[in-house]
Amino acid sequence: MPERTLAVLTLDGVRVMVPAGTTVLAALQNAGLSPLRRSLSGEARGALCGMGSCYECRAVVDGQTVRTCLTPVQDGQNVRRLMEVNREV
Amino acid sequence: MKSDPWDAVVVGAGPAGLMAALTAAQGGLRVLLLDSQPTAGGQIWRGAAAGQRGVAGDLLRDAASHPGITVLSGAEVIAAAAGKPHVLTVTSPSGLTHVHAARVILATGATERFLPFDGWTLPGVVGAGGLQAMSKGGLDVRGKRVVVAGSGPLLLAVAAGLRQKGARVLAVVEQAGLPQVAAFGVAAARLPGKAAEALGLAAGLRGVPYWADCAVVHASGQNQLQTVTLRRGRCEVTLTCDYLAVGFGLIPETRVAALLGCSLDAQGAVEVNVWQATGVSGVYAAGEVCGIGGVDGALLEGFVAGCTASGQIERLHDAPRRAEIQRRFQSTLERSFALRPERLPTPSSQTIICRCEDVRHGELQPFTNWTAAKLQTRCGMGACQGRVCGPATETLYGWKFSGVRAPLAPLPLSQLLSEPNTLSPP
Repeated sequence: MPERTLAVLTLDGVRVMVPAGTTVLAALQNAGLSPLRRSLSGEARGALCGMGSCYECRAVVDGQTVRTCLTPVQDGQNVRRLMEVNREV
Repeated sequence: MKSDPWDAVVVGAGPAGLMAALTAAQGGLRVLLLDSQPTAGGQIWRGAAAGQRGVAGDLLRDAASHPGITVLSGAEVIAAAAGKPHVLTVTSPSGLTHVHAARVILATGATERFLPFDGWTLPGVVGAGGLQAMSKGGLDVRGKRVVVAGSGPLLLAVAAGLRQKGARVLAVVEQAGLPQVAAFGVAAARLPGKAAEALGLAAGLRGVPYWADCAVVHASGQNQLQTVTLRRGRCEVTLTCDYLAVGFGLIPETRVAALLGCSLDAQGAVEVNVWQATGVSGVYAAGEVCGIGGVDGALLEGFVAGCTASGQIERLHDAPRRAEIQRRFQSTLERSFALRPERLPTPSSQTIICRCEDVRHGELQPFTNWTAAKLQTRCGMGACQGRVCGPATETLYGWKFSGVRAPLAPLPLSQLLSEPNTLSPP
């Protein structure tokens, strides 16, 4: 695994550098963005299962809604939390 | 469109799937190995590198370099139909793909069981295996205060792993009683190689309190976890922490098996015979999908499934004896960590049970079964399709989670609207 190389991505409009080989979820969490969405009743929610089954870690990556725990970081990615997207709408 | 079928399609690239794929390929089969994660290894070997020292490194390297194996990562089965051949429909970043398979080996593993309590929806409350997975995915846990709670030997492995990565593990909280945990320890120590593993684990956990007979009561915080309250005997203890890693054992992931028509046992695992064959012709299963037993059992079952699927019966001479040892270990595991209602978290009427649709305990109590609750409250009808609340309602209300149907995962409309590709063997 190429641990030393870095990827530059944008998380809710902020550029960050993270080691290649990490997940988009970890990049968000390490940047302090762990509430990822609001539930129907308005609660803040974050990732639960870390392995693709809870669907709580969804975010919009380059225009597609994905499970961030299953999505590796890539140079140039644009990531927006559903929390932020919903605020804009 | 007609296409040349694969000799075997293995679903899941954890220990069981890797071993099954490699063994079947050694028997001359053209194998397609599918996995939903970006890299092979499953949950237990997540982040392991091909070629590193040990079983994981060897198997990852051998499977990746075997000419008979094609690996498709980031691929999930969304539909499956048994037949001659079996047809699997797979979603992956490159779109929707049909795969035809003379044989299918299911190695879909397991997911964690979550039990709801007040505050479990706060960011910072995560699965025990979940936090381990997140940390392997790059989450920085250095200096974070973590409480690991729930049930099963996974808690110990998670706690030790997190500690190694610099987390401060405040306590490991187990619902089972100390005598049961000790009985499990004795059984595990009898397995070849396990005693050394257990000693390593114990060394990694020196100084961490292990509280048996202890229940999670609730978690609190404003938009983020701040404290967790536990019940030890008659006392309540509140700990301030950054993460509550909580899991109540594992549940076999049987959705693809269900679509293929495989029958399940009373524990919800796929039923197989001694050759790892299911009741459906040409469909085999191996690993945690056949019952929770750990990595050694998964490797053995993967080997047996790979041998039977490819007709290498001569390689199986020692397997029944080894399987018997694993089975005994598995039943001690089940007995030791059997969930005890008095030590489980209890939801209040306001506790959310279905996180996707925000359905609360009080709304679900009037119902007597999963289908009725689903129809009336939308419980289990959100994005996760009951993956989290289904097993929770089984434990809470004794409901039978049912109604698995395609597509198993939400799909982009663009994929549904385009003509699927067909992936044929090289």
